Amino acid sequence: MSFSVTNPSNRTKWVAGILVVGYALITLLPLVWIITTGFKSPADAIAYPPKVLFEPTMEGYVNLFTTRTRATEAMLPTLAEPATWYERIVREQNMIISGPSRYGERFLNSVIIGFGSTLLCMLLGTAAAYAFSRFRVPLKDDLLFFILSTRMMPPIAVAIPIFLMFRQLGLNDTHLGMILLYTAVNLSLSVWLLKGFIDEIPIEYEEAALIDGYTRFQAFYKIVLPQAATGIASTAIFCLIFAWNEYAFAVLLTSGTAQTAPPFIPTIIGVGGKDWPAVAAGATIFLVPVMVFTILLRKHLLRGITFGAVRK
Amino acid sequence: MTLSPIDKVAKATPEPVAKRIRGLSDRSIAWIFVAPTIFLLLAVNIFPLIWTIWLSFTNFRVNRPNADVKWLGLRNYERILTDSDIWLTMQATAHFLFWTILLQVLIGFALAFLINKKFKGNDLWTTIIVLPMMLSPAVVGNFWTFLYQPQIGLFNYVVAFFTRVDPSSFSMIGDVHLAPWAIVIADTWMWTPFVMLICLAGLRSIPDSIYEAADCDRASKWRQFWTITVPMVLPFLMLAVLFRGIENFKMFDLVVQLTGGGPGSITELTSINLKREAFEKWRTGYSAAYAVILFVTVFGLASVYVKALNKVKER
Repeated sequence: MSFSVTNPSNRTKWVAGILVVGYALITLLPLVWIITTGFKSPADAIAYPPKVLFEPTMEGYVNLFTTRTRATEAMLPTLAEPATWYERIVREQNMIISGPSRYGERFLNSVIIGFGSTLLCMLLGTAAAYAFSRFRVPLKDDLLFFILSTRMMPPIAVAIPIFLMFRQLGLNDTHLGMILLYTAVNLSLSVWLLKGFIDEIPIEYEEAALIDGYTRFQAFYKIVLPQAATGIASTAIFCLIFAWNEYAFAVLLTSGTAQTAPPFIPTIIGVGGKDWPAVAAGATIFLVPVMVFTILLRKHLLRGITFGAVRK
Repeated sequence: MTLSPIDKVAKATPEPVAKRIRGLSDRSIAWIFVAPTIFLLLAVNIFPLIWTIWLSFTNFRVNRPNADVKWLGLRNYERILTDSDIWLTMQATAHFLFWTILLQVLIGFALAFLINKKFKGNDLWTTIIVLPMMLSPAVVGNFWTFLYQPQIGLFNYVVAFFTRVDPSSFSMIGDVHLAPWAIVIADTWMWTPFVMLICLAGLRSIPDSIYEAADCDRASKWRQFWTITVPMVLPFLMLAVLFRGIENFKMFDLVVQLTGGGPGSITELTSINLKREAFEKWRTGYSAAYAVILFVTVFGLASVYVKALNKVKER
């Protein structure tokens, strides 16, 4: 039998594999619970012992997107037959739909603010990262450190003056205000990550292009941008996920028109107690896109979460 | 090294010519590229910071905009540093920081060590383990309150299943002794993969040849672990601790959704306490001073730590 020091034996692999898979299954449990609770009826969701097998229903999702009122005994026979599947689900609880809930708006706010701030952040961040990577910028190291240090402050500490400033400028509870704020917060990440990605592109490509008569700008968008495309894309996803998940600023600076989903989802309540299936449904719709992005990002994950400090 | 034709041309161009072409208004381009970023950061970070520092010397209150603003000098700072309630929140934060970092380092390193045994499908499982850390802490924290419900909660059920205690006999969030652990468990669940990923990068950066050489010298596996693996991973591990330390010092979203600082104020971490002072009691000047103290603390601890980290790296 050949023996290699660096390739573990089959037995070691098996033991390691079983332990890791075991941990992964435990760690997945809360996530699986969120997703399955969304398809439970309220009674199943709070059953004891917790139900693993249950009859799936869309009640949670219907409750998430609608507001309902209870129909009285006298009213019920006078109502027309429910026309759609979701009206039927509501009718089974002796309720009628009185309108849409706010979840749709809040979700849309998350999309607008998330994508808006990501776009702006990438525009500013790519330009700044390129300059820091290629030019002799005075006080470069100090500026880079300053950009990073903005990330160390507790959001609540920053929120006090921002709250005052936004109030003066009329930016409180507006999409624009939140987009600018998230852009500023994410710039540290995007500048540091993108500088790393651009540093990896050999400078000779641009120099050759410049000699061929390209201007700096042409060299930037015809040579550097395509080369850095993967890096830019993964940085953008990181910025998007951050803006998507952010809670502290959102809960302090928005209340109505520009409120995003994270401060909203915990406030979902039902009739007579918390409507956990609706909360779980809202959480599922909100979390699943991030899970998909995480899987797509897995190669660059480490780099993103460490601001480019660790590269694989 | 082989040069591409482009490289050859580039290399052959006389330096002064290249410089002149390259140097064309580079400086102005650099400024155009950097200025918007710096401007936005000045407007959204530095200007508010200076404002905070100014406010911290006054008795300004947002909910009384017409009241006279008095200059208090260092009085706010004095009051904060001598306030026993604030020292309690500092203790709660220290407890949270210590245990989350300890557990995450131990579990994260162990997982990375096991994954590095390169069993079949380790990439897939790594990706699965990483999922919690990318999710919205507020939304996830809110759902953990459901898992922690006595009687119906999944967490209580699982604990009860293994320990044979009654699942309705303990409330992770409602009990003064358990609540500090409730937030530690949820945070550890969420962030262990972060430490794991960084440790994994550290383990993978160790060249096989070192182990081969150690094996030739008949060093035991145990010895190899302590003299090769641990020292080589240490800088990575310290970096992970730095990130987790800063993040958990700022911790707000997960914990505020889980316990809201309660019961009483037993899990009231500094950020939650600060939020209460600034946005519920509206003591703006006072909380500005509080914010400055927190910022100086993070910044000071982080720079001391980075110095230590650099020393470890140099070795």
